Amino acid sequence: MAARSEPAPIAVAVPSDVLRHQKLGIVLLAALLLVAPFVFYPVFVMKVLCFALFACAFNLLIGYVGLLSFGHAAFFGTASYAAGHAAKVWGLPFELAVPFATLCSAGLGLVFGWLAIRRQGIYFAMITLALAQMLYFFYLQAPFTGGEDGIQAIPRGKLFGILDLSNDLVIYWVVAAIFMGGFLLIYRTIHSPFGQVLKAIRENEARAISLGYDTDRYKLVAFTLSAALSGLAGGTKAIVFQLASLTDVHWTMSGEVVLMALVGGLGTVFGPVLGAAVIVSLQNYLAGLGHWVTIVQGLIFVACVLAFRRGIVGELAHLLKKPL
Amino acid sequence: MAGDDAILETEGLTKDFRGFLAVKNVNLRVRAGTIHALIGPNGAGKTTCFNLLTKFLQPTSGRIRFKGRDITHLRPAQVAKLGIVRSFQISAVFSHLTALENVRVALQRRRGESFDFWRSEKVLRAYDGRARELLAAVGIEAMADVPAVELPYGQKRALELATTIALEPEVMLLDEPTSGLGREDVGRIAALIKEVAKGRTVLMVEHNLAVVADLSDTITVLARGEVLAEGDYARISTDPRVREAYIGSEEG
Ligand SMILES: Nc1ncnc2c1ncn2[C@@H]1O[C@H](COP(=O)(O)OP(=O)(O)O)[C@@H](O)[C@H]1O
Ligand SMILES: [Mg+2]
Repeated sequence: MAARSEPAPIAVAVPSDVLRHQKLGIVLLAALLLVAPFVFYPVFVMKVLCFALFACAFNLLIGYVGLLSFGHAAFFGTASYAAGHAAKVWGLPFELAVPFATLCSAGLGLVFGWLAIRRQGIYFAMITLALAQMLYFFYLQAPFTGGEDGIQAIPRGKLFGILDLSNDLVIYWVVAAIFMGGFLLIYRTIHSPFGQVLKAIRENEARAISLGYDTDRYKLVAFTLSAALSGLAGGTKAIVFQLASLTDVHWTMSGEVVLMALVGGLGTVFGPVLGAAVIVSLQNYLAGLGHWVTIVQGLIFVACVLAFRRGIVGELAHLLKKPL
Repeated sequence: MAGDDAILETEGLTKDFRGFLAVKNVNLRVRAGTIHALIGPNGAGKTTCFNLLTKFLQPTSGRIRFKGRDITHLRPAQVAKLGIVRSFQISAVFSHLTALENVRVALQRRRGESFDFWRSEKVLRAYDGRARELLAAVGIEAMADVPAVELPYGQKRALELATTIALEPEVMLLDEPTSGLGREDVGRIAALIKEVAKGRTVLMVEHNLAVVADLSDTITVLARGEVLAEGDYARISTDPRVREAYIGSEEG
């Protein structure tokens, strides 16, 4: 009973010298990024990295502020279209298209966040879902998205006019750098004075207010940051795969990012990365099975909720009694 | 009516929960530097009063003044920033933060707003010394690095008090600070309140009448949302209406 009533499988805060496990993990992750393109297909690894960044951005909200957004596809997809349009129609290079896309998602995050942040729990999730669905139908009709076809054959172009991104290995290093940058920014946010207030809000919002924190503003900043980083992931994905489509803004995308974070471990630093790797691998290797992929994903979801509430990394952290 | 020594004052404070008047026309005057107890049977409206005073609830009618300034329309965080800090009836700690971090969250308020997500939390170490002092003041310095969720209930309440004091509030509103505690802990927390009340104003809801008798300068008795009686302990304890209200509703 006591174990079940625990609110969420969240990482326990500890003095900062214990964080060396996380720092070691970051070094390992960086090393993994260096060898990965020589072991796996670079395109596959890039897909994992884009979704991993997306899942980390989502996890910043659910894991460290306690806000469950069920509309994060809106930010991923908006950036995907924005980057695609900027690169293909306006002919902007990668280094402008992706930041532009990120900014679009940040702006959208500010608006959605402002509308949703006053609600709690399931109402927050429902409002984010409703807003994302409205946006989906807008994109379905809007001329610049290409409707069912999406924006295809987005040019990868050259980075700073020099690096030829049509080479998979070259663009891999760019994507790896973007992922690492985003990941480190999230890591820093979690371990910043701001992050400390976020965790306090997650633990007990009323108490945080009674100490004088205007919690709505903190939640809005976190929401916008999460939307921006989801956008960074979505914009990068569109250019790497040269495709922006309705899949990116569909509610199932919002569901997938929940699943990734959940499988890896909500409120853990590395969980969403592992979760994204697991789900993307499943989708790739089970692609031949068609609809079975969805069923397998559903089963994983049920298993996580029933038996593995901490997720893979969360369980590991629990065993080691160290935050990961 | 407004005495110059009243730091926190209400005038006709009323809260209507869809037809149910939880607080009815309450005129409260809390004098600066005193410990003021708010007592009354369960459901009398004491917690609702606290929620109104700290703006967690918006009054249906009436005014609230702090040092003569009307604060009726402020948001709760603004009230807290003015120096009116409340605690909660059920212990409110940040469960998965350590005791030290709990206190530091309050100390961190001195930086102003902390929206700097790009800065390392190492800057917060500047507050560790003060945080440890505060933990020591409430007798739980040994638990500094223990997550609050693992502390026994009495220590949680002590931690809550340390966190509240960390803000150096002018007025502290304590909602049943000794509820759920064993006898020893009650004595310890009561002594702590007495200690930290020096140089401050305390308004507290308390059921333990021994604690009320020991600590409070003034007592206001609330029943069914209305002020039934007010005065010092000797006067309140002999008031027949007060006895009746207590016996009429529950124990003694
Ligand atoms: N948010 C609310 N909505 C409706 N009724 C409430 C609300 N909060 C408190 N009440 C009612 O107001 C009355 C006073 O409650 P409360 O202030 O908690 O009493 P006390 O703290 O004195 O025990 C109770 O009857 C309670 O049910
Ligand atoms: Mg109460």
